[in-house]
Amino acid sequence: MTRETFVRHIKSLENDLMNMGQTVIDAVNQSVQALKERDMDRANQIIENDKLINKRRGEIEEECIHLIALQQPVAADLREIIAILYVTTDLERIGDHAEGIAKITCLLGSELPVKPLVNIPLMAEKAISMLERSLESFVNRDAKAAAAICNEDDQVDQLYDKVYHELLNFMIADPKTISKATPLIWVAHNLERIADRVTNICERTVYLVTGSIQGINVSMY
Amino acid sequence: MLPADSDNYMEFVPVIETQNLNLYYDDFLALSNVNITIPAQNITAIIGPSGCGKSTLLRCFNRMNDLVENVRTEGKVLIENKNILEPDTDLIFLRRKVGMVFQRPNVFELSIHSNLAFGLRIHRMLNGKDELMHAIRSGLEHVGLWDELKGKLKNNARSLSLEQQQRLCIARVLILKPDIILLDEPCSALDPISTLKIEELLRVLKKEFTLVIVTHNMQQAARVSDYTGFMYLGRLVEFGVTDMVFTNPKEKLTENYISGRFG
Repeated sequence: MTRETFVRHIKSLENDLMNMGQTVIDAVNQSVQALKERDMDRANQIIENDKLINKRRGEIEEECIHLIALQQPVAADLREIIAILYVTTDLERIGDHAEGIAKITCLLGSELPVKPLVNIPLMAEKAISMLERSLESFVNRDAKAAAAICNEDDQVDQLYDKVYHELLNFMIADPKTISKATPLIWVAHNLERIADRVTNICERTVYLVTGSIQGINVSMY
Repeated sequence: MLPADSDNYMEFVPVIETQNLNLYYDDFLALSNVNITIPAQNITAIIGPSGCGKSTLLRCFNRMNDLVENVRTEGKVLIENKNILEPDTDLIFLRRKVGMVFQRPNVFELSIHSNLAFGLRIHRMLNGKDELMHAIRSGLEHVGLWDELKGKLKNNARSLSLEQQQRLCIARVLILKPDIILLDEPCSALDPISTLKIEELLRVLKKEFTLVIVTHNMQQAARVSDYTGFMYLGRLVEFGVTDMVFTNPKEKLTENYISGRFG
């Protein structure tokens, strides 16, 4: 086996990406928990932790650039490094969405929400599950699974639609709820965007395996 | 074998085509059933590990292998639809139309002027001094040497730098008005900067000529060529658009070779 050092570098880069993925999954999970429990300490912690996610993304990007500059990767090696560059960007943005949800939690404060949260936790559960499996399909080089995950984005879009209309009806019925209902729409929007980002990750897995760059799913939003 | 993904390349005009080409050195099968179609006015690179047959294949295109003892070929090498392996082929004319540049610049121990005039004289392509000067100027201009050398044409060609010598060798081929230029590791004796300059020159030349380059420098093949063929143990394993060969090769063997995972 030649190029052991290079292979080791790529493997370690992929491990770094998966660790970052786990941190981002935790952040999304925690952000919705904090919202449900109106836990502002936890929300503030998520906001603080996002700086670490951003830092990790910068480190992974730098490592990718080093490998391209110094090792002249081609074929599957090149595709993997390019895919990692894109996935790390999507993960970082997903982290921003978790931070966004945490900020909304701080904004809403400790008051009871306008209605019990039902569909928002469902959206989060779905988006997180998609995110977890998208990273698995990346590691397993499973383009078929990745493409299937993309199709699940519709379910998150439908939930978003539901949340949006429910809250809209609340606001129409009682305009005093606007200040408490609007931030929940923002939360739902963040979750909807997370699922969209997951489809990007899946597209990169398809690219990694097949070399084909194409959009798989056009989101409703 | 037509290059894979060549559908997108509208102006694919075949110039060289081998059909079931086998070549033996005594009993050793050096080329095994090679079928390749090389397009006009493009740069085609042949890559592969040492001994894979890439130089042997290149030398089939102007029958330079005839100079090696106990060589036997089977199949066809069609250039403009004529099988050049036929015994009635005019080899002197063939080698004028299909010129060759070698690994090390092989200038003659003569003046720059004589180096360039040599081929024209051998091929009786001259009609007077003016025409000779015009041809020499045109040859040197093609390779970007005219301005540097126009006042030094009487100097010995060996006094030039290696890069200049290699450019001169290319000019010596061009002056004979070939259709095809074969380049066998043309930069392996040159430093990296000279290498890049020669590569730039090749890109300019492809507008007028068909270039086939054999190189063990994969980055060079990636940088300079439009099509790449990968050979292994005498076989053409894969032939495709260079972009695709280096980003998404179709054959695992090609992938392993270009990504340095051989052996």
